[in-house]
Amino acid sequence: MIRLVNVCKSFGSQQVLSGLNLDIPDRAVYVVVGVSGAGKSCLLKHLIGLMRPDSGQVWIDDIEITSLGRRALNRVRNRFGMLFQGGALFDSMSVYDNVAFPLREKTRKSEAEIRDKVHERLFQVGLAGVDAKFPSELSGGMRKRAALARSLVSDPEVLLFDEPTTGLDPIRVNAIHRLILDLHQLLGFTAVVVSHEIPAVFSLATHIAMLHGGAIVESGPPSALQASDNPIVRQFMSGQLEGPIDVY
Amino acid sequence: MLRFVRLCGRLTLSTLREMGRMGIFLGTTLVDIFRPPLQGGQLVRRIYFIGSRSLLLIVFTGAFTGMVVALQGYIALRRFGGEEALGPMVGLSLIRELGPVLSALMITARAGSALTAELGIMRITEQIDALEVMALNPIKYLVVPIFLAACITFPLLNSVFVTVGIYGGYIVGVELLGGSSGAYFTQMSSAADSSDIWMGVYKSLSFGVIVAWVSCFKGFYAAHGAEGVSHATTQSVVMCAVLILVWDYFIGSVLV
Repeated sequence: MIRLVNVCKSFGSQQVLSGLNLDIPDRAVYVVVGVSGAGKSCLLKHLIGLMRPDSGQVWIDDIEITSLGRRALNRVRNRFGMLFQGGALFDSMSVYDNVAFPLREKTRKSEAEIRDKVHERLFQVGLAGVDAKFPSELSGGMRKRAALARSLVSDPEVLLFDEPTTGLDPIRVNAIHRLILDLHQLLGFTAVVVSHEIPAVFSLATHIAMLHGGAIVESGPPSALQASDNPIVRQFMSGQLEGPIDVY
Repeated sequence: MLRFVRLCGRLTLSTLREMGRMGIFLGTTLVDIFRPPLQGGQLVRRIYFIGSRSLLLIVFTGAFTGMVVALQGYIALRRFGGEEALGPMVGLSLIRELGPVLSALMITARAGSALTAELGIMRITEQIDALEVMALNPIKYLVVPIFLAACITFPLLNSVFVTVGIYGGYIVGVELLGGSSGAYFTQMSSAADSSDIWMGVYKSLSFGVIVAWVSCFKGFYAAHGAEGVSHATTQSVVMCAVLILVWDYFIGSVLV
């Protein structure tokens, strides 16, 4: 279980998160939606200690991570994987070396074991046979899948997705969502997905929450959000310019 | 008036904050140098990048620096009938001053700027965040090998610069202008002692630390997209050049 309690974060005079509370159950596919700049990526970075809140708590099971030192935080991070918005693949390494990187740096596995694991993960994300290519030689969708293979190679308990489908066409958006669901069923991780792909995320999520004004304004199963009377949620779902959300 | 005072205060605070961050960055890096494991592969890669790939530039600039010093020195010394002092003049100026400073400036221009840009791009494309998420220490993985490589390569490149410069001076002073071959080297070896050599080594080593420190810091904390990386790279080169010259004066005063 991941729990955020009254988390506040500001950058200078700009308050991004203001008293945010969120409970993410184990093995859920928890999608957080919200307008661009609402603080979704910021929220995700708090879950893994890349950002520390100004106040509030972040619990991973029974560990409160905001006050942890580097070593203790790294033990928590070993249970996580993260797919960054742009993939964050190391551009000086081939796809194979990128996926093998966490195993080489953090485990004592033999090269043969690493090779088997890397090929298994590349096969699962549909990238068998592209081992030798470099990130710059891949399309946007392939880069996301290679990054997904890298984040899965350490068998994480929790996988964070920072806008995994940004910049992709609708068919590839659905393909990535299908891939996340298939891998979630196969490997059983908890997925926390930040996205603004409405309505595509409804087929992906077991739980969905909307972030606005630094706090969660609505959460529940996808059907609850779709039926919500909250004018902020309704404007976001419909994409209308008029409403409580200040577009400009 | 109040606005001016406020501006001065803001500038002072931001400068102090930046200096504090740079100090913490250097301290963290120095501690991480002694934490195992050593990233051997990364270290070799950085030595190749900073050292081997700068070699041609160092040879070229070293040769012409020696030639210019010999040419101008010969003209000046001839007025006093002191052409025999050409060897010590070329040798000492290269060993004590020009070698460490000019080789450091050349490496800054070639490798320091590239290191800042590389780390800056890794920052804005979230590759450094990815290392942190993998529970790896990005300073240990990325910055420590650069520091160690700079400490190894700067003195070595300085020695190449000085050696080539001395022979460049020989070609101009002796072969082209007709100075005495024996006097050039004999006078040089009697004028220069080990303290001069060590001064050059200390200087180039400290310049290596300065260039690695500033280049890595500026790249590591680059922000705001491509423009941020460009800004960080420019700042890095300017700051390295200024710090090299300022530090050269101070270390020269202490080791004189």
